[in-house]
This record gives sequence, structure tokens and C-alpha cells, in this order.
Amino acid sequence: MSTLLDVKNLWVKFPTRNGIFDAVRGVSFSLGKERLGIVGESGSGKSMTGRAILQLIRKPGMIEADHISLHGQNLLDLPERQMRAVRGKQISMVMQDPKFSLNPVMTIGDQIIEAYRLHSRASKAEARAKALEMLEAVSIREPERVMKAYPHEMSGGMGQRIMIAMMLIPNPEILIADEPTSALDVSVQGQVLSIMDKLVKDRGMGLIFISHDLNLVSQFCDRVLIMYAGRVVEVCDADKLHQAQHPYTQGLLGSLPQFDAPRKRLEVLNRDPAWRDAPSVETGT
Amino acid sequence: MTAALEINDLSVYFGDHHDLFQAVKSASFTVEKGASFGLVGESGSGKSTILKALTGLAPQWEGHMSVAGRELDRKRDRTFYKTVQMVFQDPYASLHPRQSVDQVLTETLQLHGFSDINSRIERLLQDVGLGPAFRFRYPHQLSGGQRQRVAIARALASEPQILLLDEPTSALDVSVQAEILNLLSDLRAEHGLTYVMVSHDLAVVAHMCDQAAVMRNGEIVEIISIEDMRAGRTKHGYTSQLLQASVNRVA
Ligand SMILES: Nc1ncnc2c1ncn2[C@@H]1O[C@H](COP(=O)(O)OP(=O)(O)OP(=O)(O)O)[C@@H](O)[C@H]1O
Ligand SMILES: Nc1ncnc2c1ncn2[C@@H]1O[C@H](COP(=O)(O)OP(=O)(O)OP(=O)(O)O)[C@@H](O)[C@H]1O
Ligand SMILES: [Mg+2]
Ligand SMILES: [Mg+2]
Repeated sequence: MSTLLDVKNLWVKFPTRNGIFDAVRGVSFSLGKERLGIVGESGSGKSMTGRAILQLIRKPGMIEADHISLHGQNLLDLPERQMRAVRGKQISMVMQDPKFSLNPVMTIGDQIIEAYRLHSRASKAEARAKALEMLEAVSIREPERVMKAYPHEMSGGMGQRIMIAMMLIPNPEILIADEPTSALDVSVQGQVLSIMDKLVKDRGMGLIFISHDLNLVSQFCDRVLIMYAGRVVEVCDADKLHQAQHPYTQGLLGSLPQFDAPRKRLEVLNRDPAWRDAPSVETGT
Repeated sequence: MTAALEINDLSVYFGDHHDLFQAVKSASFTVEKGASFGLVGESGSGKSTILKALTGLAPQWEGHMSVAGRELDRKRDRTFYKTVQMVFQDPYASLHPRQSVDQVLTETLQLHGFSDINSRIERLLQDVGLGPAFRFRYPHQLSGGQRQRVAIARALASEPQILLLDEPTSALDVSVQAEILNLLSDLRAEHGLTYVMVSHDLAVVAHMCDQAAVMRNGEIVEIISIEDMRAGRTKHGYTSQLLQASVNRVA
């Protein structure tokens, strides 16, 4: 498979009052035209890995890597102006906090129309029609009302779907989706996933799908990286996630509540300090 | 026995009379003291709005709501918030960006008249699985799941009788989710707490609740016991659809 993105030895560091905190510690992976899942414990560095690819780490955070290459071009060598073009066109990211990424004082409709017109020379009327169509595609009821509404007037799941619609506008080569469906009911979730799936299959988009939903990832993705304490501790084919070897991954699977097999208490993980120190796994495509 | 929570014929509106939008249409349900009630259903169907109406954050409502036998009117006083606490769906919006974890919890504990603040903060952080290192962090220095845990700690701080939980674990990985759900179960067993829990994860609702209301497009289409839900004994087509979809998630 041809490689779109190659990340080598990525570190994200934050200076804190107790010294440097390494949020990401030497992560390497590559992404082809595929659906790559990233799962892992809360705080394990999933979001920071995604943001670092786009150099969206807030100061005083620091990014270090041997390279983060898009089609062989090291993004770390690009000046900020060119990086902005990459962000706008080639790589899109759906943030974990959707409402935060929308402009609070602009209607949803105006935001989608503006984003669309930035990328195509469509007339206002065409852009409006397109915006409505996109809202419908992500199963928004009453898209006309939503066009006139402001972000705070949206439910959690509506905010997520609006962000997904917006991020797909530039027709990116790579989409990084950070917990994109965590607020969606299962049927709407299925619809949103099939939109992303189509883009991967039909247009050859590469998708990085960050999620804590193991069942979802194992059904939806091709490959999965499992992160722990800033490192990738295991890589496996998504459909083999349930046979994962690493005790952390097995522990994760054990702590899921099961709809048809009720139990009184859920198993919790006993974290072994040795997991932190194990080296990062290297991965190819 | 009086019910912990009773909602009768509740309708909730947004907007003004030119452009009124009805987000909740005549919803009714009762939650007994010590019970745990789920709200599930379509995204945008009014689940969060019901919780917001209860806590006074969606002021345009009609119908009846009562908490521990007391009918609610337009205003909520201090005793209400001592009895009822809410964990919001969106932890980003519900934490003040310039307040450290320590400040949030100190303020909440002081407001509710506790004095042993230091030890309570330590205990709360430990309960939600955050080490002492997190105590002096600000929201932007936390991951999504870490913020959610701070929000849960804040809700627990006042030792409420009724907890309204809006997707409390949807931002958490499953290992932390298991810890939080176990903690909530323990608290309910020890103190007879009452929960209303919104979640789109039917396995979580089935694990935590005894009964659930299924919502679509502003309406409660069915109130179903978890036993019936597990057995697939549904009365409304939408409920069966939801169950189906959650079995084979990715179409
Ligand atoms: N500004 C900061 N200063 C210090 N530490 C930070 C800062 N921002 C993030 N962190 C830490 O970096 C770690 C990784 O965060 P990240 O957001 O990548 O986690 P995550 O895997 O996405 O978790 P979640 O599933 O909870 O969203 C966390 O432990 C977090 O507390
Ligand atoms: N402040 C507001 N102003 C106008 N409309 C609102 C406001 N808050 C919510 N709504 C509308 O009310 C409806 C119900 O929203 P609500 O947040 O209750 O949905 P939900 O069931 O919680 O959905 P989700 O599962 O996606 O969080 C939505 O159509 C939403 O657009
Ligand atoms: Mg995250
Ligand atoms: Mg909601």
C-alpha cells in the first residue's frame, strides 16, 4: 500500500512545575489509504499525537520528531504559512471538543458556507445548497433550522456531525478524527461512519480514527494502534483486536460492560508500572 | 414513598414567539428514590434538554416537575443544588478555563459548607482516578477524559441525593469508565442515591439502570425495563431499531 503519512519517533513535551512532562514518547507509524484506529487509556497521548501531526500543540508544548512526512515532505521543515495550507487542504482534523472549534458568534450555516466557498468558486446560492446537503448527509433533522442556529444551540451529537461535515469540505487526503462519534446514537453513528468509509474506499482518503470504543474500532478500522502512557504498545489488525496480546489491551477488553451478559461489577485494570517503560512498537503499513 | 423525581407532561421550548422550537414534547416519567433511570435515543431528541429543564438551565418549560415531593417552580435555590447535581455532556464548556482543579473543588466545597476541604479534595480526586499531580492543573492541561473526571468530582463534592449524568463516561476510555461506573454503583448502594443517566451506549445503560426512556424527536416513545430491553421485548419500532443498530454497529 502506498504511504501517505509517515511519523517517526514523535515526542510531545510540556514543561510543568515538576519538570518536563512527556505526553507522547517516541511514537512511529505510517498511514496509507486505510482506516487506522488509535485506542488507549485516557491521557495516553492520542489527541496530542493527532494534533502534533498538524502542529497544533499549544505553547509551551513542544513537538520533536525525526520526521512527520506527507508524501515524503517533512512537515516539520515547512514554514507556518505553508503549514496552514496543509491544514486547510490536505489534512483535516475533527477535534475532540467540536463546539470549541466552531465560531460561537456565527451561525452554523454561515460557517459551512464560508468554509465551502474558501475551497471552491461556488456562488453563495450554490454553497448554501451544498451546506444543506451536507447537513442532511450527516442525518441532521431540520437542516433549515440548524443553518440559522448558533453552536450553543446544538446538542452534543449535532455539534459533532456539523464538525465532520465541515472537515470533509476541502476533500482532504487525510482526515484525523478525534472521538468523532462519541456523542452519537448508534444509528446516526452508523451513518456517519459509512460517510467516512466511502471517502476511504472511493477517494483513497487516509483516516486516523481516535476512539476509546474498542468494539467500534475493531469493526470499523483496518489496523489499530494501542497507546499507553505516550507510547504505542501494540499494533494489530482491527478484526484481531479481541485476540490482542498486551495485558493492557486485554485489560481494556475485560472492562467493557456487555449488553447481554450482565455482571455486578466491572473489572478494572491493574496497571503494571513496567508497561510505561516498555519500548514503543514500530509499525509499517 | 415519594418518588425522588417526577416529571409530568413536560414540554420545553427554545427561541422566542416568532421562532419557537419545541425540543421536548409532553414527556413524563418517575424515578423512585434509589433507582437509576436511563435516557437513551436519537441524537438531538431532547435528552440533555430534559436535564437542563430540571436544573433550571432551560427556562421555557411547561408541565410539572418535582424533586423529593417538592414541586419545582421557575427558580432553583441553594437547597436544590445541594440535593441535585448534574454532570454535563460537554466537560469543555462546564469547566472554567482559568480555574485550576483545586480552585473548582475548593469553591464547590466551600459553597456547600464543608470545612475539611483539603482531605475531601484528595479523596475526590482519588475516587475519580486522578492522582494528586492533577490537583493544580488547569483545564487546558488535561485530556478530554481527565476533564470529564474533574466534572464528576465536582458533582460528587456536595454529596447530592440525585445525580443527573449526561453522557458521563462517553469521553472516557473503557478502563476509566469501568472505575467510574463502579464508583457510581458503590455510591448508590451506600447512600441510596438516585441517578438519571443519559447515554447512547446501551451496554452502559443496561449495566447501570433499572429502566430507561427511549426518546426520538422530542418525544419519549417508550419506557422500558432493562430486563425487557435485554430480552428484546420492545413496544415501539424505534426501540427495536436502536437495539438492532447497537448489535451490529457498523452497517
Ligand atoms: N498543556 C499541558 N500541560 C501538561 N500536560 C498536558 C498538557 N496538555 C495535555 N497534557 C497531558 O498530556 C497527556 C496526553 O493528553 P491527550 O489529550 O493526548 O490524551 P488522550 O489520549 O487524548 O486522552 P483522552 O482519551 O482522555 O482524550 C495527558 O496526560 C494530559 O494531561
Ligand atoms: N439553547 C438552545 N437553543 C435552541 N435550540 C436548542 C438549544 N439547546 C438545544 N436545542 C435544540 O433542542 C434539541 C434537543 O437538544 P438536546 O441537546 O436535548 O439533544 P440530545 O438528545 O441531548 O442530543 P445528543 O445525544 O446529540 O446530545 C436539538 O434540536 C437542539 O438543536
Ligand atoms: Mg483525547
Ligand atoms: Mg445531549
